[in-house]
Order: sequence, then structure tokens, then C-alpha cells
Amino acid sequence: MSNDWKSYKPMLVPAIRDLHDISVYEKNNGYQALKKILKDRKTWTPANVVNEVKTANIRGRGGAGFNAGLKWSFMPEPDGKPRYLACNGDESEPGTFKDRKLFEFNPHLFIEGAIIAAYAMQIDVIYVYIRGEYRPFIQKLQKAIDQACEKGYLGKKILGSDFSVEMYTHMGAGAYICGEESSLMESLEGKRGYPRVKPPFPAQRGLWGRPTTINNIETLANVPLVMQHGAEWYLDIGPKTHPGPVLYGISGHVNRPGVYEYPAGMDIMTLINEVAGGVRGGKKLKALIPGGSSTPPLRADMLDGVTMDSESLREAGSMMGTAGMVVLDEDTDMVDLIWRISYFYDHESCGQCTPCREGTGWLEKTLRKIKDGNGEMRDLDLLLAICHRMEGRTICALADAAAWPVRYSIDRFREEFEKKCKKTVYAVA
Amino acid sequence: MAETYTFTAKDLKEIEKITAKYPDKLSAVLPALWYAQDKFGHSDPSVQQLVAKTLGVPEAHIRGVVSFYTQFYEKPMGRNVLDVCTCLSCQVSGGYDMLHYIEEKLGIKAGETTPDGEFSVQSVECLGACGYAPMLQVTNDKFVNHLTREKVDKLIEDLRAGKKPDFESNPMPQHEKGS
Repeated sequence: MSNDWKSYKPMLVPAIRDLHDISVYEKNNGYQALKKILKDRKTWTPANVVNEVKTANIRGRGGAGFNAGLKWSFMPEPDGKPRYLACNGDESEPGTFKDRKLFEFNPHLFIEGAIIAAYAMQIDVIYVYIRGEYRPFIQKLQKAIDQACEKGYLGKKILGSDFSVEMYTHMGAGAYICGEESSLMESLEGKRGYPRVKPPFPAQRGLWGRPTTINNIETLANVPLVMQHGAEWYLDIGPKTHPGPVLYGISGHVNRPGVYEYPAGMDIMTLINEVAGGVRGGKKLKALIPGGSSTPPLRADMLDGVTMDSESLREAGSMMGTAGMVVLDEDTDMVDLIWRISYFYDHESCGQCTPCREGTGWLEKTLRKIKDGNGEMRDLDLLLAICHRMEGRTICALADAAAWPVRYSIDRFREEFEKKCKKTVYAVA
Repeated sequence: MAETYTFTAKDLKEIEKITAKYPDKLSAVLPALWYAQDKFGHSDPSVQQLVAKTLGVPEAHIRGVVSFYTQFYEKPMGRNVLDVCTCLSCQVSGGYDMLHYIEEKLGIKAGETTPDGEFSVQSVECLGACGYAPMLQVTNDKFVNHLTREKVDKLIEDLRAGKKPDFESNPMPQHEKGS
């Protein structure tokens, strides 16, 4: 598959002018997947749609990489009372800036995917939760939703069928944690974004105590592709274990940063050197954060042959996350970088669980001490001990997300940390 | 501080429309606060009180929400709030240089407001524009990307003259090659 990517034509965000406009979207096969389902509801019963999406193995694009169709299948049988779909456009993981491309350039693909999801899970109301910082993008999506309502793709009796669903946007107000699905629900309910204890899982008790599914925006944008072309076709894009197109957000020290769409499983060095134009200023590559700030950084020498899919990245010692790749050159001060990441998690910890509330603060303080040249060797052990006391001991994964970059950086860039700690010894002597 | 704020009949109608999107009034707290902050410029305790009264939600709950989310201003801010991202991709792409340049230019530190009330500056967490670093956001609205000193000078001049930045579109680089 070495050079296949060069002939790849984007499907999530194709190069079509004014595709955000519903008439252009319709001219380019838009809403055909939804029509196909509603025209032949004997073939496409809700259960069959769920199965098709499950077979396609769309791995959740929000970070966890869970099979979207499988998640849908956890919804209980309808009981006549409301059920909800919450679309996660919080996109707050540092290094991630992909869903905004869908809001701006191809909002109807996402809307169509969400409508199909609602049909498959027999859902009445869709909420699209988008971070408050994305106000201009929310306005763009809202325009598209209004168009879809006018054309009868949303609202009562969609396209003359007896299927009805409403879609509302909900604007966040600045809180990383609201990207965590249970915190997102709290925020939608008008509260502080405190993650909920699981179980019960959202499919049992979600929004307002009712069955709810939460899917990432990009995940839902994949759904019309699957329903239009079939699961088998979809499984042929990229690795079967992690198929489909992916929006790679490449930032940091590269010549051409930006969001690129290619099949999952792209070779990392190809993405850095060929797609994004290589490391800026002819510098050497030092490290890569492959999928947003919480995914463990990989040293340049750990990237040989590693591809952007869950399995390959796990083997390499990291995670796919959101495919928000932060490229770091040889001049990057890893201690400074990790301190800033810790500062972020300290700022964003919701404060509900003690190990996280206190732990993120201590990571930040200790790293600040080291970066300012006041570190001692024992601080590295202290950092690892703090990580150990945070991981797996909290309601949500923020504590793990905060601990991993620290733990793995000390492991993978130890000399750099030691050098900063030793400096003080010499200074004192 | 003791200023009292009120909603007009038109405001109340708008808030009713917001509330209709949810099964209960509590869920309208975030959008109602946004509505209030857009109108009054901040969400200080008197604004919180107004929103609480309008929705029939305890004031303490509103206070809790406002203090949880960074975009709600607990006190009045400058006419223009410059949120400079210094997180991760912005950190390694000169975000702090831009922050310090702005601080120097305006003669204030992050978290402060100029004496004439024109500008507040904040160092903020990731805004989701990582490929276009360094960048800032103006008063919870438009992003200004690929910052340089010249671009900052021009922005501040424009804002002083009451001209808000336009929306900057960042197309996918793949599309530019005309695939």
C-alpha cells in the first residue's frame, strides 16, 4: 500500500466547492444513504443498519477507538419514552482540530450520519455538543441544520416517512472535561461538567436518565459512507482492524501543518515527511505525540514502520487517540513541553476525585521545579509515584491522560530530565 | 457592582425559545448564560442572579456553573478579550512569544485589563487551531491564526478602531493542490 495514498480522494471532506451548501451536497450524492434506507425499510430495519455499521467496524474517532455499531447495539429496546443521541464536538484534546473541518466544509455529511444513527437506534432528539470556543463553526453548522430542516431531512415525518427526529446544537463554555461523555451529558443538563460513575452506562441511563448514545462528529460522518457503499467496501479502506478514512491533524514543527484526510493506517514517517512536508527548517525529528496530548510521546527512533491505527500504535507504545499528531523537532525541550501538558491537566481537572485534583497539581508543581532548574534526581521518582497514585483511581480517564505523558516521557527522555535535575547539583557545588 | 440587569420582553422570548430545546429549564443554563453574557458583556453575580430568576434555578447553581467554565466571565472584562493559546502546539510554535509581545505592547500581564478598559489578555488552553499556531481568539469569537508581531500590531489597531477580525478559513492543504 506504500504509494496508494497518493491517489486517495478525500471522502469525509472532499475537494468540492461550496459543499457546505445543501444543494451542492445533494448534487454530490448527499442524503442518498438516508434515502436508500427510508426507501427500503424492509431491508434496512433499524437492527440491520446497526449490524451494517457494526460490521464496518468504524472505530470511534474521538479517542477511544470503540466500534461505533457495537456501541449502538447497547441501546435497549424502545419503551415509548425519549431516547437521545449526543454528538461530541467538544474537540478539546490539545493537538486536535479536525471536527471543525466537517462543520465548515461538509456539515451535511455529519448531519446525515447523525440522522441515520438516530434511525438505527430509534432516537427522537439529537444534541450536538460543541465547545464554546468554536462559536463561528457552530454558526456554520446551525445554518446547515436549518437547511436540512427546510428540505425535510430533519424534523417531523422525514422525507414522508413516519420517522421523526430533531437536532439541536448546544454550545459548551470552556472545559476540556466536557469531551468526556458523561461530563458532556452533565454539561448538556446545565450543570458543572463532573463525570458520572459508570455503570450505569449512558445506554442505560444517559441524558435526563434516559438511554443515550454519544458519538464523535467524525465517527458519525463515516456512517453515510458505510450505508451508501456497504460495510465490505468500507473494510477495504486501510487496515481491517481499524478501517476507513481518517482526518489526520498534523501540527507542530512541520513545513505544512493542517488537517489531511487519508485512509487509516498511514505510515507515520510518510505523513510527517511527505504529506506534511517534513520537519521545519531541515531539523531532525525528535518525537511525535501521535493522537493528542494524552497519548504517550514516541521518540523518533520508535517510529520506524509504525502506522496510524490502534494496533500498530499500541505495539509501538502509544495510542491512536484523535489522530492529532504533534511533531516535535530536535530543539524541543521535552521537560518544558511535559510541564505545559501537566499545567493543562491541572487546569482542566474537574476537581471531583482527589487523586486527580491533587495529583495533577503535584505533577505540575514538580515539573515546574525541574524546568526552572531547581529539580533534584529524587523528583523523578516522586513524579512516577504520583502517576502511580493517579492511574486507574478516578471516575474518568483524565487522571490517566495526565499521568501517561509524564510517565512515558521520563521513561523515553530520561537523560533530558536527569540533565535538568543534575544542573542544580553542580550549581550548588 | 450593585448594577441591576434586566431582560426585555424580547430577551425573554428568545430565552423561552432556548428553553424549548430541552426537557427541563435547568438544561438551558449554559445557553441562557451565553445569551446574558453576549448582552451584558460578562456574567458577574448580578447577571447570575438575573439568569437564576429567569430560569427558576437556584443562584448557587448558576454561580457553580459560571465558575466552572472558563469562557464565562465572573467579572467585567475589557472591551476586547485576547485569549492567547500557549498550549502544546502553540507552545512549541511561539505561543508564549506572542503572549509576551502582546503583554509588552499593552503594558499589562496575562489576566489583567488595560486601564482604559479596551483590552484584557489571557493565556489560555488549547483552542483547537493547532495547525495554525500561534493563534488567539478575540472575545470568545473569531480566531486569528498564524500570528506574527505585524499581525498582532494590525489586530490591536483594528480593535481599537472598533473593527473586529473576519473569519479566517483554513482549507485542507490537500485541496489546494487541486486533487
